[in-house]
Amino acid sequence: MTSGNEMQIDVDRRDDLVVASPVGEIDLARSPSLRSRLGELLGEKPPRLIIDLSKVPYMDSSGVATLVEALQVSRSKNSTLVLAGMQDRVRSVFEIARLDTVFTIVADTATAIRDGS
Amino acid sequence: MAGMGGSPSGGRTGHREAGMSDAPSLMRLELVSQPELLAPVRAMLTSLSERLGFDEVETGHLALAVDEALANVIRHGYDGATDGRIWISARVVDEPTRRLQIEIEDQGRQIDPAMIRPRDLDDVRPGGLGVHLMREVTDSCEFERRTPAGMRLVLEKSIPTSRSPGRRDNKAGTPENGTP
Repeated sequence: MTSGNEMQIDVDRRDDLVVASPVGEIDLARSPSLRSRLGELLGEKPPRLIIDLSKVPYMDSSGVATLVEALQVSRSKNSTLVLAGMQDRVRSVFEIARLDTVFTIVADTATAIRDGS
Repeated sequence: MAGMGGSPSGGRTGHREAGMSDAPSLMRLELVSQPELLAPVRAMLTSLSERLGFDEVETGHLALAVDEALANVIRHGYDGATDGRIWISARVVDEPTRRLQIEIEDQGRQIDPAMIRPRDLDDVRPGGLGVHLMREVTDSCEFERRTPAGMRLVLEKSIPTSRSPGRRDNKAGTPENGTP
């Protein structure tokens, strides 16, 4: 089986920010695809990268690890990384991993854009 | 995917492993070590858990725990090889308390169970969270070496005597089609 591993990630570029919106469950099969795409986007050194998680109903530790790595890369490039629209189930994983205070997490993408998070 | 062909447990007609119950399996699966199979296994576990009376939160936790266990086997037990064998069985144990027991076996690399520990969460870095998540969302999470090869993990979670629909917090792990 090789199909279904590519994560759909919609990208919206605006002025000084990039909004990346992965769609679907993020697990060991799909996190490499997410990691690769986020790496590309961070390579553009956007001042802000907002990851819209509103269409991600499930994430396991491989997805969390991917976002931790993205956070570290963003800091090294002086980019601000924001997680937006996190569903309760996904937020729970971040809470259990005690990462909810490590990331900047906002209610939705509109809030992130408006507040300049 | 069904069946236990090749499983050294052999359907548990032989000796009993430590911590395992005599209760018959509700479900047995054999799968290969391909990440693509995590999603269908989560869906199956979710459906089984719901039928057993777990609420939405606990169902999600069980799916997450099994997902993390399988991911560990694929990544560490089989080093990412996609032709390794993994066996999953689920049973209900009634004594001393009613609980769902999920056993995951493989033929991959063995490791001293004492070395399988959650990492320090204050050390923020990618990876190493799987064991912590498994322990947090289950009542019991026990690793042991299998004979002659591989590892065995037994996860347990108490089955609620009644549903508690009021609990809406901490919803990790429900597959994408499980959103109410």
